[in-house]
Amino acid sequence: MESPEEMLNNQKEQAARSLKAFMLTNSTKSNLNLYDHLARLLTKVMEERPENVVDVIEDLSREVKRAGLQNTQSTLRDIHVTTPPQVTAEQQKVLFSHKGGEDGTQEEQSPLPNVAELAFYLEQAGVGLGREETYRVFLALKQLVDTQPLQHCRFWGKILGTENSYLVAEVEFREGEEDEEDALDEAGEDEEREQGFTIISFPKSTYKPPPVVPKENNGTGANKFTYFVCREPGLPWVRLPPVTPAQVTVARKIRKFFTGRLDAPIVSYPPFPGNEANYLRAQIARISASTQASPLGFYQFVEEEGEEEEDSSRISFEENPDFEGIPVSELANSLSNWVHHVQYILPQGRCTWINLAEKPEEEEDPEEEKEEEPDEPEPEVGPPLLTPLSEDAEINNTPPWSCKVSSSIISKFAIAVLYTFGNRNVLCWGSKFLAEGYNPPVPPPPQSEYPSGPDITEAADPSLEEEQALKAALEEQRESQEEMEDAEGDEDEEDDD
Amino acid sequence: MDSACLNYALDLTAGGGLTLTCEQRAALQTSLLVIKVNYKFSRVLFWGKILGLKNDYFIAQGVAADEMKAKKILYSLNCTEWHLLPPVTAPLLAYASTLNGRFTGDPSFEYEHMETRQQGEMEITADSKVKVNEEQRVAAVVLTIDREASVVPRGAFTRTPDGAVQTNRSFEGLSWSEAIKLSNYYHFTEPQAVKKTRLLDMTRLDPSLDYLDSLTEDIPKGSWSLQLEKGSSVVVLRSLFWLGLTFFHVPTTPQHGYIYMGDGLKNIDLPFML
Repeated sequence: MESPEEMLNNQKEQAARSLKAFMLTNSTKSNLNLYDHLARLLTKVMEERPENVVDVIEDLSREVKRAGLQNTQSTLRDIHVTTPPQVTAEQQKVLFSHKGGEDGTQEEQSPLPNVAELAFYLEQAGVGLGREETYRVFLALKQLVDTQPLQHCRFWGKILGTENSYLVAEVEFREGEEDEEDALDEAGEDEEREQGFTIISFPKSTYKPPPVVPKENNGTGANKFTYFVCREPGLPWVRLPPVTPAQVTVARKIRKFFTGRLDAPIVSYPPFPGNEANYLRAQIARISASTQASPLGFYQFVEEEGEEEEDSSRISFEENPDFEGIPVSELANSLSNWVHHVQYILPQGRCTWINLAEKPEEEEDPEEEKEEEPDEPEPEVGPPLLTPLSEDAEINNTPPWSCKVSSSIISKFAIAVLYTFGNRNVLCWGSKFLAEGYNPPVPPPPQSEYPSGPDITEAADPSLEEEQALKAALEEQRESQEEMEDAEGDEDEEDDD
Repeated sequence: MDSACLNYALDLTAGGGLTLTCEQRAALQTSLLVIKVNYKFSRVLFWGKILGLKNDYFIAQGVAADEMKAKKILYSLNCTEWHLLPPVTAPLLAYASTLNGRFTGDPSFEYEHMETRQQGEMEITADSKVKVNEEQRVAAVVLTIDREASVVPRGAFTRTPDGAVQTNRSFEGLSWSEAIKLSNYYHFTEPQAVKKTRLLDMTRLDPSLDYLDSLTEDIPKGSWSLQLEKGSSVVVLRSLFWLGLTFFHVPTTPQHGYIYMGDGLKNIDLPFML
């Protein structure tokens, strides 16, 4: 049994031991501990015996610490590791620099759109990039406007890719100032080889590729606008090549993600004629053609005298100066108050149909042409411009558009928002919504190698049952003939096997 | 993502294109705090938004002490009134994965399905109508997305020796070199793959941090897209399977979170699209 004094002593000893252990714990930052530091400090005081020690004790303590550090400092400096944000910050610094030259001439019609205002409205709809990012996009567009002679410029949207995303700007050049295409050319044409030396001539391929549909001119139809893309605000804008109808038709059949590199190949079936830049342009064309809408009456047709009625390709419209606006609740409730204002891309891949079957024939009578009408492709007609959205085809029983009011609480200033489910809104992955999964098109049957004719006929090998049936039939025939000949009493027949 | 840093985090994930309006953010801030108190959650997470034809569903999750055990899922149509979603059973999960149309936005909408059962060789077909509520479908979809596409960075959650999962208070974020590697991100669900850790790996793996499935083991490879956004200041992971799931992480800081803003449909065309 311990006496109370011994217990007290033990407790004090334990307290002292635990305090000493606590003082001996190393600091995580500097790898020193209090115990050693105090020991060194008191040793120094013992050796130097300065005046008024208690006043200068903090300075002494700092000196002891500094003395300890000098040993661990090496002469090598750390390598400065550049982190990705530093790299991008350098690139984006350019965006924020002022160009002082053009302050005096403030054009009334600056091609730069008011991106901030647009972003505000889109944010009411729940769509946006975040405020700072939108501002950066604004600055990047300003950079584009400063470097290129543009008449109109609009922020089209953003397309997400697997490695990088694209910011897309839709521009219209000033008249007469269009640059020619550079950099991104289309894929080269195929070369045809001719075999001239073989004695046995290989069967000539009777395959005639369908005639290539010519693309529309810049400034009309699907190529009405030019598109620039950039990866991040601050990086240079790259111009996308005009779209060809072949690209649009193939793009309708494939479904691919974008990687973020404009020169990436698109490996697909049917093979896409072009690389990712062309595919991007084709998707942009499709999206623009089918999802741009405006309230009824905002645009009206330009009245031209002498315009034939059967010409359904009205392609010009202008803003209606008398547009008064439709109340929000009406806009939100019925889809017939909204209309498309961009031309629809026909199945051929263009906005205006072109007849490819015009083959020059020697005997060209108008009567004969009428007979050939079933062979001629029928002109493709798409819905005329400014058709209301309520006429859009439904996908899997769901209407492709839905309309909502942005705010139910403050309804006075709410805006009517139009959502599309056919293609998602322009800030999207760039692929069309399909109701049931995607079925890749089946490759066409391989072409027959030899044309069937009197010399060579291509036929499938008979199957085993057919051969046996044929053999049985032949044997029956022979037996019946043998019987006949036996009956006649002539010589035996030989087998033909 | 955590409701405490909702406003800040929404800006970081907005690169996908969909955000919340000002009104919705304000409403969420108030109502999430209210449900945290009412249901006695330790943390409330705003899970995301499922777009429907007429209305959108806003989904929130409440977490009790253990981060991974049964989270309660709530939904709302207007960010102010929240309802609890029913628990999900296995046949419901299986059936809901076959439903393919968009969500209508009406929680009482019913999907019908004729199930025919064949018994043995006699081919007795017993037709039974299975009716599934849209509410149940939402619950099933939320659970599926969580299982297949929830993401956390390595080291954000630790597992105590008795199996409970907790936030790691000394998680300081991934460094820049670690943050751009997909292998440092894990699914936040019960690990499903049977892992055979090689002896060589065990030197650098930590059983309290590396107990989850890594994203690199997802099939098909390439179903995650890793990008740097907002001037390369934040790492954003996007799922290509569930289009609209975005995960963000600011390297060298402990901020991370994920949110789903989409139409709740799985992208089964993924192998064609890669």
